[in-house]
Parts: sequence; C-alpha cells; structure tokens
Amino acid sequence: MIEARGLSKRFQDKKRGEIRAVDNVSFVAKPGQIYGLLGANGAGKTTTLRMLATILEPTDGTAVVYGHDVVEQPEKVRASVGFLSTATALYPRLTSQELVEYFGRLNGLDEPTLKKRVDYIFDRLDMNEFRDRRCDKLSTGMKQKTSIARTLVHDPPVMIFDEPTLGLDIMTARSIVAFIRECRDRGKTVIFSTHIMTEVEKLCDVIGIIQSGKLLTEGSLAELREKHGEQDLEEIFVKIVAPLYVESEVK
Amino acid sequence: MSIRNIGIVYRKELREALRDRRTVIASIVIPLILFPLLSVGFGTLVAGIVNKTEEASPKVMVVGGEDSPGILAALKATPKVEIVPATPNWKNLIMEKEIPVAVEIAPGFDKSLEAQKKLEVTIYNYSGELKSEIAAGKIDKALKNYRDAVVKNRVIAQKLPAEVLDPFDVTQKNIAPPEKSGAALFFGGFIAYIVVFLCFNGGMHPAIDLTAGEKERGTMETILSSPISRAHLVIGKFLLVLTTALATAALSVISMGISFAIVNALHAKTIQAGNGGMEMHIGVGAALSVFIMAIPLAVLFSSVLLTIASFAKTYKEAQTYIVPFMFFVIIPAIAAMLPGVDLNAKLALVPILNVSLLCKELVIGTYHWNLIAIIFVSTCAYAAVALFLAVKMFQRESVLFRS
Repeated sequence: MIEARGLSKRFQDKKRGEIRAVDNVSFVAKPGQIYGLLGANGAGKTTTLRMLATILEPTDGTAVVYGHDVVEQPEKVRASVGFLSTATALYPRLTSQELVEYFGRLNGLDEPTLKKRVDYIFDRLDMNEFRDRRCDKLSTGMKQKTSIARTLVHDPPVMIFDEPTLGLDIMTARSIVAFIRECRDRGKTVIFSTHIMTEVEKLCDVIGIIQSGKLLTEGSLAELREKHGEQDLEEIFVKIVAPLYVESEVK
Repeated sequence: MSIRNIGIVYRKELREALRDRRTVIASIVIPLILFPLLSVGFGTLVAGIVNKTEEASPKVMVVGGEDSPGILAALKATPKVEIVPATPNWKNLIMEKEIPVAVEIAPGFDKSLEAQKKLEVTIYNYSGELKSEIAAGKIDKALKNYRDAVVKNRVIAQKLPAEVLDPFDVTQKNIAPPEKSGAALFFGGFIAYIVVFLCFNGGMHPAIDLTAGEKERGTMETILSSPISRAHLVIGKFLLVLTTALATAALSVISMGISFAIVNALHAKTIQAGNGGMEMHIGVGAALSVFIMAIPLAVLFSSVLLTIASFAKTYKEAQTYIVPFMFFVIIPAIAAMLPGVDLNAKLALVPILNVSLLCKELVIGTYHWNLIAIIFVSTCAYAAVALFLAVKMFQRESVLFRS
C-alpha cells in the first residue's frame, strides 16, 4: 500500500523564485489496484513519484510505502519498490544479465536466490537470447524488457511507473501495459503516471488528476464520469484542469 | 557502513571501466607507452639527430678575409666544416637554412692583428636552429683557439712566462654523491611531476563518467531508485576512481623504471667513460616510497574530481570545470622541479607541492621522516575533507537533479 500524506515539494529557482512542484498531495493506492496519476506535462507527476521512490525528499508531508516512511526509512522504501520510467536508463557497458544481477545484489539477494530469480525472469520475459549482450547493443524492446527485469528482480510489492511508455513504439508500449496489468494481477500495489487517456482508461482502478502540483480530484473512471457529468475521460480531464491551467498560464 | 554494498558498486564500476576504451587508454596505455616513448624513443631520436649534426661537415661561408690568409688558414683547419667563399646572397641563404652560418672578417685583418689593434670577427647564425647553432659553435671554438694562440705568441715574444695569462686555476668539485646531485635532482622532480600529473589524469575520465556521465546517460535515476545509500554509492565510485588513479601512478613508476634501465643499458659506455652521461634509475625502494606517498594524493585527487564532476550535468560540462583545475595540479608539480625549491616544514603543508617535493627527495634516496609524517598526515586530512565533500555533494538533490 502507498499512502501519501500532504506530500509537498518546493524548489528554488533563481529566475522564478519558489516553485511549488507538488502541493499538499494526499491519496491512497491499495494492493491489487492500479492508481493512475493523470496530468499534463509539468503538472507534478514525476516529482510526486520520485518522492514516493525516495529519489527526492519531500519539503513537507510524507508518504508511507509498504509500511515504511519515505522520510524516515528511505532505504527500506526503495527495497520495497520497483521504479520504472523512461528516464531510468541502463548501463551501456553491462550485459542484460549483469545489469539485472547488479540490481538484485543491491536489493540484498544472496547469490543462490539471485541466480534462481534471474533465470526465472529471463525465461518468463523471453530474454535468454540476449542475456549476454551489452545493453548498448540492445533494441528498444530488449532494453525495455531489461528495465522490467531490473525492477522485478527483487520481487517488490510496490511498483511505480513514471510515464513508462513515453516515446516507445506501439508494440513496446503494449508490452509495458501488459506488464503493468500483470503486476496488479499478482497483488502488487501499482502507481502509474501518464498523460495518455487511453492507457488510463484501459488500466487504472483509481484515477487521480493532478495539475500545478495539486491533486484536483480522484476516483474510479465510473465515479469521475458520474461526478463530472461527462463520459469521455479527456473531456473530464479538460473540465477539471482547464481553470487551473489557464490560471497558471496567466501567472 | 555496508562493505558488501560498497563492494557491489565497486565491482560493477570496475567491470564497466575495464570495458571503457577511454579509461583503459588513460589509465593503462598512456603510462605504459609514454615513458618508453619519451625516454627511449624520443631521447634516442634527439641524441641521434644531435650526433648526426655534429658529425656532419656543413658549408661555412667566409665574407671578406681575402687579404688575411692567417685567419683563413685557421678557419680552414676547423674540423668538420667546409669553408667556402661567400656569395652575395649569403644572408638569405642563412635565413632560408641553405647554409648554417657565415663568418665576416674585417678588411686587413691580418695586418691589424700584427699591429695589435682590437678587431672583430662576426659569426652570423640562425638562432635556435640546431644545425646553425652547432656549426656556429665549431667556428667560435676555432676562432677562440686561434685568438689564444696569437696571445700566447705575443706573450712569448715579450719573453714572459706563459703562466702570466693564467695566474691561477678555478675548479669546482662536487662532494655530494652523484646520485643525489646535479641532473639527478632535476630527474627526481621530473618523476614527481609525471606521477602527480598522470595520477590526476588517470582518475579524471572515470570520475566524470561515473557522475556527470551517469546523469547524461540517464542511469543516475536508475541507481538512485535502488536501496543502496548515497554514501555507499559515492564511496564505491570513489574507490574505482582511486583505483584508476593509483593504477596509472603505479604503471607510470614501473614503466619509468624499465625505460630508464633500457636507456642506461644503451648508453652504458658513455656513463662508464664519465663523458657527462648521467645514470637514470629508480630503485625498488624509491619506487615503492613514491607509490606510497602517491596514495593520499590519489585519494585527494579522486575525491576532488568526483566532487567537481558530480556538479556537472554532462560529460562536456564536467571537462569544462576540470581542465582549468588541472593547472592547480600542474603548477605545484612544476614548481617542485625548479632548482632552489626544497622541502621544508611550511611547504610540507602545501597540497600537491609537498608530495611533489617529497617524491623528488625519495627518488634520490633522501628520507626526512618528520617531513614525510607531516606530508602524509596533512594530505590524508585534505583527502578526508575532499571525500566528505564528495559524499555531501551526492546527497544534494540540487546537484543530482540540476536543471
């Protein structure tokens, strides 16, 4: 489970002064569910997810991930999380297997367990053909599979995906979507950020719409449709975000 | 402190470094080929060119002197030059390096000489040009010999003893052991300079690659999402940078030792004949001492390099910061080579300069243990501060996610 409690992040910018990238965001993501964080570019999705993954520290508030506080126990949080985004690249000079093993060891797996786990994942994701190939020689799809294997190697109970399909071709994006769904089916807590409406419609059990660092609304797709009197998610999104978006543009 | 986690990071970084062409070239190939190239290759090449030039008999043009057979005969007797009459364009020929030198003899030289009038002979050369300098040297020596002979004859004609020209001798005698004096001192400073420079250079690329390089490639966020603490991560990276810096230093010292042994073997006859040849060698003890003193310096370099490079967003940006910093490394190392700059208690506290001066002394076999202790402790202290800063830098979000 993930529970964000008044999560906030402020940055200092020399030109623009203080920026509230995330402003008092609270939500709960439950095991066996996919929580979708939907927002435009710069809405605060990445910063929120980076705080949940303890890559960034909150300025105010906190979050509890799988029973561990992100401020107090960041290393335990990271050991419980698999974090995947298009910004999480692979080490070019390691082979696919070496990379997955590296992260397995960093996650505390002993050698016999690591070997079993790596063999299982490489079989499961059909990666044996390129397990000894260096990451800089892999195709986009192979790289994506290696990244997935990297996040899964320690079998984390919580998965965080930050725009994982951004810039990917349709076939690779589909395999990512299938993987996210599989994580949910295995009972993991999944949080997923995107600005692609169709992905949200297909995947998410709960949707949170974020803009200007604020979580404006949340609920299931059916609840959002009922609450905002629109059937189309894009229309709902625009209806919610537009006032704040204009406001932020004027600022 | 988790040694296991630091070890995991270190082993992974080492594996990647050994697969990185730039690291291998900077840390292994350069120190291995640089010294043989500099000492054996370049030294032999220069010696060959100088010898060949000295053995050659270049044409020397004589301007005037038709009425002075005495001095002409003296010039013609000069070994390994060919005296020819000047052509009108002799100056251009020197400028175009067609001939190395010309000698101008004033009209009526011999007669004036007999009349004991002060005269001038001018040698025209192309300053800085090797062939011209060597030919000018030969002519200068021949003319001075001729002048000495003339003076000697005048003294004899006056029925004075020859000693009137040379009332006493001045000699210099070196009482310092040859291996601790003269060129050996410069040689020690040169080794220190090379070790300091290559130690820094060896760590430079990995330090950038492991910090700014990771940011640029997008792997920084990947590693930060793993459970390893940032302190362990930076220490693992630091150990790899230290390894490459020390490997470069060690290979430099070994390569130098072997190169100089080869040079000494090649020039063994010159050295035995005492013909001004200097035996260059590094004993195993001296090499080991230099290496031990390079350790805290390498720690300092590795930490500083990591601190600077981790601030940059890209490889190129990191290079922009580090290259000017290199002057702070090179200048003290060069200063240590200067004559008259000797190790003392104050200089023992100046980072880089202290180790450079000490290495210079270690190579010639001088051990000032109190100064060695000051240098070791002070350099370790600087290194610890630099490492602390590197760890702190890695814990700052504004540095890791600078945009």
